[in-house]
Formats: sequence, structure tokens, C-alpha cells
Amino acid sequence: MQRTMMDLWVGLFVMAGIGALLMLALKIGNLGTYSTAQSYTLVGNFENIGGLKIRAPVKSAGVVVGRVLDIQFSVETFDAVVTMQLDNRYKFPKDTFASILTAGLLGEQYVGLAAGGDEAPLKNGDKIMKTNSAIVLEDIIGQFLFNKASENSTSKSGGKE
Amino acid sequence: MSKPIIINIQDIGHRVIESIFRLGRASRFFLLLLLKSGMSLRRFDLVIRELYFTGVLSLIIILISGLFVGMVLGLQGYETLQKYGAESAIGALVALSLVRELGPVVAALLFASRAGSAITAEIGLMKTTEQLEAMGMMAVDPIARVVAPRFWAGVISMPFLAAIFSAVGVFGGYLVAVVLVGVDDGSFWSQMQSMVDFRYDIVNGIIKSCIFGVAVTAVAVFEGYDAVPTAQGVSGATTRTVVTSSLVILGLDFILTSFMFRGVS
Repeated sequence: MQRTMMDLWVGLFVMAGIGALLMLALKIGNLGTYSTAQSYTLVGNFENIGGLKIRAPVKSAGVVVGRVLDIQFSVETFDAVVTMQLDNRYKFPKDTFASILTAGLLGEQYVGLAAGGDEAPLKNGDKIMKTNSAIVLEDIIGQFLFNKASENSTSKSGGKE
Repeated sequence: MSKPIIINIQDIGHRVIESIFRLGRASRFFLLLLLKSGMSLRRFDLVIRELYFTGVLSLIIILISGLFVGMVLGLQGYETLQKYGAESAIGALVALSLVRELGPVVAALLFASRAGSAITAEIGLMKTTEQLEAMGMMAVDPIARVVAPRFWAGVISMPFLAAIFSAVGVFGGYLVAVVLVGVDDGSFWSQMQSMVDFRYDIVNGIIKSCIFGVAVTAVAVFEGYDAVPTAQGVSGATTRTVVTSSLVILGLDFILTSFMFRGVS
């Protein structure tokens, strides 16, 4: 009798453990949403990817449609080659525009896809031709300072004349 | 004047040599344990009995501590994140810290003090009352009959306990963040799901807890088996189990984290 009660408790314990693992996998992790779905990959060359990381989301109209699978540097074109894995449900036209955007002011960076008007869809392994680099804050500040300086010099010289 | 210094130096040298001896004994014991555990896996009812004592009876402390750790994480995380208007990231914060670090580590620390000390005391007392030697007389191998089932029960139950700890902790974080302070339900779960990766975060956490399970129970059974067979010796061995296994967990955690999470997130 003692024996069977013990077996029962151990069985319940193992069940609770497996249940917790399942909950971790399905509810907390993103296993349920991704690995079961069929997917295809696209490649895009970006001049500058900023702080984009592997596993960053690929979004279109704010909806997550895939993930960044791999980031490489190409020595032929001297730019970044970003491989993206997209859900098979979402097909994009050939002239889709890919740009690297930032969520909020300090948020993580992601790839944004804006669909074009072409009839033919992008297929597995295709290359996105139209890309837009990440906005690098230093460049913007540099441009701003440059503009400011030239503005000042023109107004000064204007004053003299 | 010079005599106490010499004695001190002798004492230090003696301790160092003694600890090296112990390390050698521990390694030999561990190998022997692995070699002889085939029999205990064939008699699985012994392991089930020990699973009851190490796993099931540790469940209450794991459940309650997990709940409170998750609730505290929720409160503290909310406190800091709301300053930046990022309180919807609280789900990701709670889940990541639990699944990667706190779940395996705190569950292993609790397991060491709850079950590890009990294993040491039990085996040490068996040695003190010469039960182990009596088994040897009856041609029953004490390592295969007493030590190995306890070891395997600890190794099996540790990942389950860590997973239960993390799951309950996330629930505790949910209680505080969503029910108490009113973070949006949907963004709590969606931020969590977009940030936590199954292979990268959860599987690595499970691997961690498996390694901690091996380390804690190996220390516990060795300290019990190696205890000086007196009442004082058993109490000293029990203390050493808790201290050594806690230090081993924290040290191993640093090494494993530096291997597993190298900023490729």
C-alpha cells in the first residue's frame, strides 16, 4: 500500500515537471509559433545594418512575419548580407522594399518590409533588390552640425555684404 | 617566536595536501559510482523510492520560493522599467531571468540545502551505524545499492524542479505585473514570447539544471560516504555538503553562462 502511494506521488511529480517544461516551451518560448510553420528564406544586401542582430524580427505593417536567420559580411560588394526566414503564409512581391528600422527611440532594430506592386512573388532564396540602411545616429548628428555650420557662415557672410 | 609560524605553515601545507587527497578520492568515488549504476537503473523501484524523497518532498519549497521570486522580480522590474515607459517588457524580463539564471541556480541551491543535506546525513548515519559495512558482508555493494539510486534520483529530479520553479515564477510575475499593478495582459505574454527563444534560452537553462543536478548530488553522496563515522563527523559532512555544493553551483553557473550566452541574442 505504501509502495503504490509513493509511486503515485512520483508519477504526479514527473507529470508536473513535464507539464512545466511544456509550458516553458509553448507559452513562454516561441516554439509553438515558429518551428512548426513552413518557412522560406530571403536575402538582402544592406549598406549598413546598424545594431541588427540574429533572431531580430522581420515585420511588415507592424506584424511579425519572420526572423533574421544570419548576418554575413560580403567581401565582393563590401556590404552586409542579411538572411531572413519568413513564414510561408506571407508572400511578398518582387519589388518589396526592405529597410532596417528601430522600435522606439532606444528599442531593438528590426527589418521592415514594405510591399511593392509587382505581380510575381519572391521565392525561396531570392534577393531583395531595394534596401534601405539603418539610420546611424552619428551620421545624422554630423549632418545636422554641418548644416548648422553652413547656415551660420551664410548668414554671417550675408550680414557683411 | 618562530615556532608558531612554522606550525602555521605546516598546518596550511597539511590542509592543502589533505584537500588534494579528498579530491582524488572524490574522483575515484564518482567513477566507481558511474560504473556501478547499471544495476541500480535495472532495479528502478529503488530510484523511484529516492525520487519520492528528493523530488516530491522538495516540491513544496520549490513551488513557494518560485512563486515569491517571480513576484519580487515582477515588482522590482516594474519599479525600474516604468521609469522608461517600458513596463510592457516586464514579461520578457521575468521570463528571461528565470529561465536562464534564477530557475536553475536558485532551484539547485534550494535542492542542495533541502535534499543534498538529507542525502549526506542519511548515508553518513548509515556509515556511522555500520550498515554499509554490514551490506558489504552480505555481498551487497553499498555503492550500487545505497549511493547510486540516490544519485540518479537527484539527477532526474533536478531539471524537473528547475522547470517547475521557472514556470511558477513566471506565474508569480504575471500575478504581480498583470493582476496587481495592471500591465496589459496581451503585451506581457507577447513580449515574453518574442524575446524568449526555445533553443537558445530554454534548452540552455535545462542543460544547466541537469549539470547542477549531477554536481549537487555527487557532492552530497560523496560527503556522506566519506564522512568521519561519528555524530560530529556526520554533522560536519552535512555542513560541507551545503557549502561546497552552493559554491560549485555558483562557480559552474558562471562558466556555463560564459559558454552558452555570448551575446548573440
